[in-house]
Amino acid sequence: MPPADAPGSDPAPTAWTRKHLLGLEDLSREEMTAVLDTAESFSEISKRSRKKVPALQGRIVFNLFFENSTRTRTSFSLAAKRLSADTQDFTASVSSLSKGETFIDTAKNIEAMGCDVMVVRHPTPGAPHLLSQHVSSSIINAGDGAHEHPTQGLLDLMTIRRAKGKIEGLTVALLGDIAHSRVARSNIWGLLKFGAKVILCGPPTLVPRSMERLGCEVAYRLEDVLPRCDVINVLRIQFERQQGGMFPSVGEYSQFYMMTQERVRKAKPDLLILAPGPINRGVELTPEVADGKHSAILDQVTNGLAVRMAVLYLVSGKMPAGE
Amino acid sequence: MPTIQITGGRIIDPSQNLDQVGDLWISRGRILPSGGGNEEAEIVVDARGLIVCPGLIDVHVHLREPGNEEDETIATGAAAALAGGVTSVACMPNTIPPIDTQAAAEFVVLQGRRAKQANVFPVGAVSKGRKGEELAGLGQLVAGGAVAFTDDGSPVSNAGLMRRALEYSKMFDLVIMQHCQVMELTAGGVMNEGFESMRLGLGGMPAAAEDIMVARDIRLAEITGGRLHIQHISTARAVELVREGKRRGIRVTAEACPHHFSLTDERLRSFDSNYKMNPPLRTAEDVAAVIEGLKDGAIEILCTDHAPHAREKKMRELDQAPFGIVGLETLLPITVTHLIEPGHLSWSEAIRKMTINAANLLGLSKGTLRPGADADVTIIDPSTSWTIDASQFRSKSRNTPYDGWEVRGRAHTVVVHGEVRYTLGGIVQETPAGASPS
Ligand SMILES: [Zn+2]
Repeated sequence: MPPADAPGSDPAPTAWTRKHLLGLEDLSREEMTAVLDTAESFSEISKRSRKKVPALQGRIVFNLFFENSTRTRTSFSLAAKRLSADTQDFTASVSSLSKGETFIDTAKNIEAMGCDVMVVRHPTPGAPHLLSQHVSSSIINAGDGAHEHPTQGLLDLMTIRRAKGKIEGLTVALLGDIAHSRVARSNIWGLLKFGAKVILCGPPTLVPRSMERLGCEVAYRLEDVLPRCDVINVLRIQFERQQGGMFPSVGEYSQFYMMTQERVRKAKPDLLILAPGPINRGVELTPEVADGKHSAILDQVTNGLAVRMAVLYLVSGKMPAGE
Repeated sequence: MPTIQITGGRIIDPSQNLDQVGDLWISRGRILPSGGGNEEAEIVVDARGLIVCPGLIDVHVHLREPGNEEDETIATGAAAALAGGVTSVACMPNTIPPIDTQAAAEFVVLQGRRAKQANVFPVGAVSKGRKGEELAGLGQLVAGGAVAFTDDGSPVSNAGLMRRALEYSKMFDLVIMQHCQVMELTAGGVMNEGFESMRLGLGGMPAAAEDIMVARDIRLAEITGGRLHIQHISTARAVELVREGKRRGIRVTAEACPHHFSLTDERLRSFDSNYKMNPPLRTAEDVAAVIEGLKDGAIEILCTDHAPHAREKKMRELDQAPFGIVGLETLLPITVTHLIEPGHLSWSEAIRKMTINAANLLGLSKGTLRPGADADVTIIDPSTSWTIDASQFRSKSRNTPYDGWEVRGRAHTVVVHGEVRYTLGGIVQETPAGASPS
């Protein structure tokens, strides 16, 4: 049932009762399904000529970004606007906060201006969790260091579900820098809960063996993994997170792990390739693969908008009724 | 100074292998022979049902003065010690400026005397400015009152300097205490490296960073004949290395802190900075090994690594919050609840690790109830159940992971230098007004 234009209309019956979205580790399969189903009904709005519903009219959504990410911020802003919320961006680096001011102080100030939902991106794992203990707004984690990026995890799940019709039973490889990737962690929790098989592939310095304990397979040779995969999620090499020396050179990395046409040919014919942007063309995947028929990169962007609308909508449902 | 009679308590003094019910007499700052001679008691403490033992000694505390008085001062730290049953503390030199000169050591001694709470003994820095480059004036530090040496807060990374320190300190027969950590392996680390750090996406500090330094320093102690003390031991392999070193007759000792035998790195799932310490909380296996080391004597000292930090500092994001927790007021109850009650250590074994063993490490004439010894006495209520409430701490800081914990055992009355300086129950008669301090 698509959402009607009346405020308070319910796009789908849900199992959602949470005030915050901090990570996928905490969520049940039912809760994630609720987000995906809600997102499906919202994605219909994007096809209308008037791309707006009044669901969050009068609500204020703040984007608190302590780390740059134009894409994620824009996606959240647009999602909030389509729900008729007012949005405001606050962008600062942690080091640019005035001396003695903590990011909790900053958030409290913003809350005092009348904020309902805070979308938080921060370089430190757990920062949104800390914030949720000090402010009364709903908190959406838009990426906390190398910990989680739950809306990215959900949009990847949505993209896989749409392309394959299911998630359960699929074999999904996450390729590249697992150690420093919040996308990897959210994907792992989400995929495992939906019953997918998860393979983590990359050089040993970037793919910790301890991840096996979560129920993932750890592999160092892409060639061994390729034939079994239904989906490969190509993670970005986070040059800014490297403490140096995690691999000898970009050239050597690409030689072993870049997704090329040749490697795609060794995989199943219906292989689905995901890549959370921004991608480094010629490092993690060749331009032909990025723009090729297996690539779902642009679908991910579209689905990201629907997922973020769904999350904003669902966490707002737990706020005291303002209307 | 009044004459004090402590009556009917269970007197446990591991220095004399003593564990019996009886009376303890104190006069003029000294322990009297049993019976008290011809003295007449001015103060009588009823200790029936309580444990009477030598005053507890904590060989590892940070008092933050000078430089970070917003976290703790020598006076507030020494008062927190008393509330925890601790009558003597050895404070680490990582203050601002560091305790690396005679004058700096004398400042600590003076402030400790002024505070008139627990006894305060400075530990001098190993290197000038704690920079790890040149030896500090160890002899001058001794003249200023230093009882040991360490660069704690950081390790002595340079093996050559560590070797010199172990050699040179032999002329005072004082111990070099080492914070064992290979810094190249822990850069960017916030917690123990392993499954939990991987799950949380937090930078890890591998156990091997501690093990490797412990192995290196034991070998350096062997070739120099110096006295090495491993601070806040936390890994299974390090405990094994110390055990092995002792077996081979090397002069190595080790200490463990309550958080390393009562908490694991899984606690960091809360992202609560009160679980951020260095060395970090380790795995359940490491915790079991630390307990085993305490049981078989590989680890002979219990201490706190009391590390106060003002609330605004600990309220920061996990990677920006400082390492460390306060410990003086929770040492005893966590030891009782996690070592004694589960049967890992007897009362006598636990008390030994907080009294005579600690005194021997620092070369203090304390930690014993022998007649003539310094009259520092801790009276413990061993069975009282209570809830730790950080808001009641005497420490200036509140950074504890134990707030709200249900525990057993608590300091009841504390005597320092023959004076009752702390009471919990209020059973003690008032110290006569005008009793002069010495
Ligand atoms: Zn230390």
